[in-house]
Amino acid sequence: MSGVAPGSRGEVGLFVTCLVDLMRPSIAFAAIRLLESAGYSVVVPDSQTCCGQPGYNSGDSEAARALARKMIAEFESFPYVVAPSGSCAGTVKVHYADLFADDPAWRARAEALAAKTFELTQFLTDVAGVSAVPGRFSGSVTYHDCCSGLRELGVKAQPRALLDSMPGVRRIEMRDCEECCGFGGLFSVKYPDISGAIVQRKCESIRGSGAYAVALGDLGCMMNIEGRLRRSGDALTEVIHIAELLAGPDGEGG
Amino acid sequence: MDIRSMHFVERVRERLDDDELQRNLKRTRGRNAASRAAAVAAFSDFDAVRQRATEIRRSVLRDLDVWLERFEAKATERGATVLWARDGEHACELIADIAKRHGVRTVVKSKSMVSEEAGLNAALEAAGVRPVETDLGEYILQINDNEPPSHIIMPVIHKSKEQVSELFARVHGTPPKTDIEALTHEARAVLRPEFLGADMGLSGGNFLIAETGSVAIVTNEGNGRLCTTLPRVHVALTGIEKVIPTLEDLSTLLRILPRSATGQALTNYVSMLTGPKHAGDPDGPEHMYFVLVDGGRADLLGSEFEDMLRCIRCGACMNHCPVYQTVGGHAYGWVYPGPMGSVLTPLYQGLEKAKDLPHAATLCNQCGVVCPVSIPLPELMRRLREKQVERGLRPWSERLALRAWAWVAGRPKLYALATRIGVRYLRWLADGRDRIQVMGLAPGWTAQRDFPAPAAKTFRELHAERLRAKSRGGAR
Repeated sequence: MSGVAPGSRGEVGLFVTCLVDLMRPSIAFAAIRLLESAGYSVVVPDSQTCCGQPGYNSGDSEAARALARKMIAEFESFPYVVAPSGSCAGTVKVHYADLFADDPAWRARAEALAAKTFELTQFLTDVAGVSAVPGRFSGSVTYHDCCSGLRELGVKAQPRALLDSMPGVRRIEMRDCEECCGFGGLFSVKYPDISGAIVQRKCESIRGSGAYAVALGDLGCMMNIEGRLRRSGDALTEVIHIAELLAGPDGEGG
Repeated sequence: MDIRSMHFVERVRERLDDDELQRNLKRTRGRNAASRAAAVAAFSDFDAVRQRATEIRRSVLRDLDVWLERFEAKATERGATVLWARDGEHACELIADIAKRHGVRTVVKSKSMVSEEAGLNAALEAAGVRPVETDLGEYILQINDNEPPSHIIMPVIHKSKEQVSELFARVHGTPPKTDIEALTHEARAVLRPEFLGADMGLSGGNFLIAETGSVAIVTNEGNGRLCTTLPRVHVALTGIEKVIPTLEDLSTLLRILPRSATGQALTNYVSMLTGPKHAGDPDGPEHMYFVLVDGGRADLLGSEFEDMLRCIRCGACMNHCPVYQTVGGHAYGWVYPGPMGSVLTPLYQGLEKAKDLPHAATLCNQCGVVCPVSIPLPELMRRLREKQVERGLRPWSERLALRAWAWVAGRPKLYALATRIGVRYLRWLADGRDRIQVMGLAPGWTAQRDFPAPAAKTFRELHAERLRAKSRGGAR
């Protein structure tokens, strides 16, 4: 893979996701490094914002449809669309078509976009055939399966295979790695007590694994887990997005 | 049963603060899920059977009226009487009438969730008939001042054996004991004379078989068989959606129901009951009735919620639900808890009476994955959320926030500006630390966890800076 010239394998449209744009730009830069080192040139459409998932999950389909149309128009010209998030990729891949059940023209465009949209590790493994990554991480890592990536897209083996390709990583499975962390988007704000109790169990599973770091593929879940670990006095367990772990440090800073 | 789902948030808080309940939940958490996983792993054909089971239930719902009529004709031919109940209240009236007609004073009951829906026990008592629950879990709840069940197949899963011991000692006036076998023997000693003396047995029904006019009952304790064979009268009370065409279909569904529920390949008892005792039969009731309840089911046919009627009441969804496993079944406030309850309660009792339930889920889809008849539970909850939005049942602040977000996100320049300001505001809140501990905008979040501080600039800003630097570098 490191022998592949950047851009030689064509273009990828990167959907940064609103949360990464706002909170952790380093995740998107890591995704760019990974895609470039796999031989793709990465284009980041400037007008992109949000895929519409908050409205969709809250039952405001009208609002979700407006953002879905915008997203489709922005990304449908790319041969591939990649997002460093299972839940945002899942919204496009699994739910967009339902939003346009009564609108054949848009439904067709939604389905076409869905077919070429991928979660990052899914794309790297299943499409790009990546078997080595630029990151150099040393230590034990446990992987938390975020719900949408796992159960909507089948992301399970891909991040593990990529982690296992890193010589310094010792991968440990935590107990109940497929159990939800209790984030659930607005659920975490509407029902904080329940969400807090669920994430507490997740934190106990992570600590119980004895791993130095927990890696995962969705920033929402990551903020939930990291926030709870820190609140409960754990300042040590590193919580790291899979993209950053695989890509290694950003040479350009920022 | 009265509905209390509108007080979901308060009920959740009480249950999270209930140390004893939390200990009990912790003890059983994951146990059923592990049993199911082992059963599925040992069964090479599971996915294929799941698909067949789904298709059986789906196709029966397409022509439910036809199958129900066929069932009625066959059951009548075999000497049973089939009665149709509009709702739970109507079912109670019909059963009270049957009791009166046959001079019934005591009814022994095996487990029936439709009886809970209808509030049958209270109705029978009002009619001067004494109901006795004979499923061990249901019996425990009945003698504990008619406490409602917290799970559809393990009604008393929220209690410890110590709590049951204390209850038995108090109600039975016996010395306390915590050996489960001894407790079971004690209940058995109380219940045995009730079986022998009862005038009527009431059962639920896991499936109604159209080609034979039979009801199939799946149990582990054997009480179902005693209830349906010893008393003079047997009433099978269940929902109209439970009909399936053939015995062949039953065998498919029986392969998947216990595995999904408790991880058993087969339950201890599977009873098939067809009509009253015929000439030459050694046992069985003299009279057999079916009371088949609509109670909101027919309205779901042909609707976007029809998938829910496939449910075979295995409880796998709640056994795998992170929310149910955290708060227990009583928090949901009506008969059916967990994901299936969060869909059924608003549909049967009214959207406005259970506003929280469709939202009380992370949409993690663990329930949808394990459902033996492929009900897309998270999608149904989402559609209920849609109905709430359409009917203006969500708080104005939530609707406004979502609309504002969508409006801004639809305008990239404004969005870029808003996120720039947002990031700087959060940085100001963080005040140089890497996390925020109190945040007025989302107090719920920071009540439970810190909010990690954002990076200094948005990706959009940083990316533009890098592109500019690159093009300068390229021009040089």
